[in-house]
Amino acid sequence: VKFGVIRFPGSCDEVDALLACRRFADAELLWHGDRDLRGADAIVVPGGFSYGDYLRAGAIARFSPVMEAVQEFALSGGPVLGICNGFQVLCEAGLLPGALLPNAGLRFVCRQVDLVVENAETAFTGACSPGDRLSVPVKHTTGRYYAPEDLLDELEADGQVILRYAEGQNPNGSARDIAGVANRQKNVAGLMPHPEHAVDPLTGSADGGRLFESLVSHVGALAPA
Amino acid sequence: LKARVLIRPKAGILDPQGQTVERALPALGFDGVHDVRVGRMVELEAPDESRIGEMCEKLLANPLIEDYEILVVER
Repeated sequence: VKFGVIRFPGSCDEVDALLACRRFADAELLWHGDRDLRGADAIVVPGGFSYGDYLRAGAIARFSPVMEAVQEFALSGGPVLGICNGFQVLCEAGLLPGALLPNAGLRFVCRQVDLVVENAETAFTGACSPGDRLSVPVKHTTGRYYAPEDLLDELEADGQVILRYAEGQNPNGSARDIAGVANRQKNVAGLMPHPEHAVDPLTGSADGGRLFESLVSHVGALAPA
Repeated sequence: LKARVLIRPKAGILDPQGQTVERALPALGFDGVHDVRVGRMVELEAPDESRIGEMCEKLLANPLIEDYEILVVER
């Protein structure tokens, strides 16, 4: 199993994402100007400030050559995980529903939060059980998840809300405490918290590793024996 | 032609920047101001105005969260 981690100008969490992936499988960096995903089985769109967050966070990155390839990969069912800025990019690209708005408190937030697994039957959460709590850090200014009410109802009914902030820990005013969502097919997901920064007990928590572990077992199960 | 595109958060979407400005005004003696919304403005020159709406839909604004308004300022 091989992960491809994208590096945009302005990415800053791609190396942590790469190292997190390598704890569970092979991984290599993919350059934003390349169209070639180099045979990756799963793609991680990492955090940072791609293209300086110009216009709106994630708005420019979606037009990069690599994102065309990611779009095709996603439409053919390949798993794609967007973290923080990567989540914003996937929303802007229309691969995920909704949008991310400036935090309700207008401040940059950087803290450890508990996430509750809402749907454990996805490629991203298969190694978890529903209701599991994962301790993972958030660090962002534009992380308030928004979608119109009727779309939110649809997402909930369809199991597309995969992770929620634990009660009382919503750091940014996200609608219905939503921390992570998936597309309808459940092969594309995004979350504002950073699982790649929570893969070693030495830095406080290894819970984030469960998402990478889930992806590896998902892809492994698909591969021909 | 020269145009200005005004982009603002859609009605009903919480705009904490607007709220902060609204709360700051009375401190300076500007009373009675409400519904402050903070957006952004894009100024551009284009061959004509026919495709500016499309530019807004695809890039300049995110139609899920923002409204836009196109003003032609110079022909």
